[in-house]
Amino acid sequence: MEVMMSILIGMLFAGGIYMVLSQTMLRIVFGTSLLSHATLLLLITMGELKRGAAPILTAAGGPYVDPLPQALILTAIVIGFGTTAFSIVLAYQAYQTLGTDNLEKCRGIDDEH
Amino acid sequence: MNTNLVIGPVMIPLATAIILIIFHRRMLAQKIISIISVSFALLYACYLLYRASDGTILLFYASNWVPPFGIAMVIDMLSALMVTASGILGFVCMIYSLSTMDEGRLRNFYLPLYQMFFVGINGSLITGDIFNLFVFFEIMLMSSYVLLVLGSERGQLREGFKYLIINIVSSSFFLVALGVVYSLAGTMNMADLAVKLPQAPNQGLVTMSAMLFLLVFGVKAAIFPLYFWLPNSYHQPPPAISAIFGGLLTKVGVYVLIRIFTLIFIGDVEFTHSILFVLGVLTMFFGVIITISQTDFRMILSYHIISQVGYMVMGLGMFSVLAVAGAIFHMLHNIIVKTGLFLASGITQEVTGTTDLHKMGGLLHRYPWLGWTFFVTAMALAGVPPLSGFFSKFMLIQAGAELGNYYSIAAVLGVGFLTLFSMIKIFLYAFWGEEKPVPERPDFDYKKIMPACLLLCGIAVCMGLGASYVCDFVLLAAEQLMNPQLYIDTVLFAAI
Repeated sequence: MEVMMSILIGMLFAGGIYMVLSQTMLRIVFGTSLLSHATLLLLITMGELKRGAAPILTAAGGPYVDPLPQALILTAIVIGFGTTAFSIVLAYQAYQTLGTDNLEKCRGIDDEH
Repeated sequence: MNTNLVIGPVMIPLATAIILIIFHRRMLAQKIISIISVSFALLYACYLLYRASDGTILLFYASNWVPPFGIAMVIDMLSALMVTASGILGFVCMIYSLSTMDEGRLRNFYLPLYQMFFVGINGSLITGDIFNLFVFFEIMLMSSYVLLVLGSERGQLREGFKYLIINIVSSSFFLVALGVVYSLAGTMNMADLAVKLPQAPNQGLVTMSAMLFLLVFGVKAAIFPLYFWLPNSYHQPPPAISAIFGGLLTKVGVYVLIRIFTLIFIGDVEFTHSILFVLGVLTMFFGVIITISQTDFRMILSYHIISQVGYMVMGLGMFSVLAVAGAIFHMLHNIIVKTGLFLASGITQEVTGTTDLHKMGGLLHRYPWLGWTFFVTAMALAGVPPLSGFFSKFMLIQAGAELGNYYSIAAVLGVGFLTLFSMIKIFLYAFWGEEKPVPERPDFDYKKIMPACLLLCGIAVCMGLGASYVCDFVLLAAEQLMNPQLYIDTVLFAAI
């Protein structure tokens, strides 16, 4: 199971980095969201994958999943959600104001109005 | 010592931000509340510094969960000094913002965002839990994204987008590093990590995660070769905002580097700290050499941020009490002085309408206060005695001599000389010589916005003249850092 997850994480990272290196703003935003998915999966894999156990320690003992990675991931998802929303809005605003969504073409645009 | 006082630096700006949003239609009320809040935050930070100055480490456990399970907030001497510096900056930049910021930005939640920015900064400075650090960093970065693009000017949007993407990518790597560290030690508390990481079976992986953290905070602190994003993005927003960014944002990255590389990752000092040293020296040189060819006022200052960060990272890389103390002194000095210079550049831009040095000249005739304040602050940055920059560099040189590390002495002196050169260049072009025609601004009174600059200049002079007091503080901070056992024992076992 861990090996499969590692391969998936590697693919997501590769795809995310490829997208971030492209020139179009929207592709870059999608790339960052792939990157954040990859890191979240990495976090959950780091806490060791177990099946059939809840992250609750009962008085009877027994197997349970480490709850901390799940708490960390919840926090990270919320933060990633906020950042992605903001970056889409920013990309849209930049497209409207600068007249292009290509970062290469942005470079030549003068700062003055 | 366990006390609720510790959480104050986070709670004051947070509460203020919420209250400000309630009053978002009433500008006057917002301004008054902001001023009261930043003054109170400054006094509060001074009180915390006083409480920490006898060497006690102040603690706060969130919801009374004892570490390593709960989140601990810790104020030791370094945190107290940094929180005080951020309080001073919050106060001064608020005065400056209120007199210069345009109506549009003020109406669009500038003041609440300003407070949220300080929530993130102060939180990062006092937290004792490395995942909590990530959260506070994100709060700080989120506010900084919005502050950077507020106003939607073309340059702001273009550079803001790049800044956003670079920070999102480095935050992803932060999470990766956290995952690796968690799989090694099974804890997120910094003190507990310091105990458990040396016992991890795979020490190579520990060093690797140290390098990941170096990468992440290297981007935030703009050390070589990760500084390319900084000058352009700090160049774009209004002066008040670039002043806070230039003064504080990179220094928080340096603070975290100092914290983790004196507390957690000290297993392989030979390797990690040599890298820090070399990167620090390279950062110093690359930052300052680029300033020589620049002719834009704010660009020069932005590249100086990079070169000054180099001093601090170099001091950390030398890893002795005196060197770390020098690095902390330099950080405090730089927070004050760099902000002062950015504010002065803002006033210059206001009166000349440009940041190009070739289009200015002779400002000293008409604006003597501005000219001489800039001169004194710039000399403090360059390290002319008896101003504050001299003593921090002196400590670094002394540490280099004690360790027999003569490269560091050469680097400090060489870069100091080049800094002096480029500061004199700004002074000669902008303030000295023939007066050049500037647009007439009869309604504009530059003396109204001078107090902020004068205040920072005054603090820089006081830090120089009273250097022995500051030295006592930073030496205490460095001794606490270099003997992490005290920190670990206090955080983990104080409650038991």
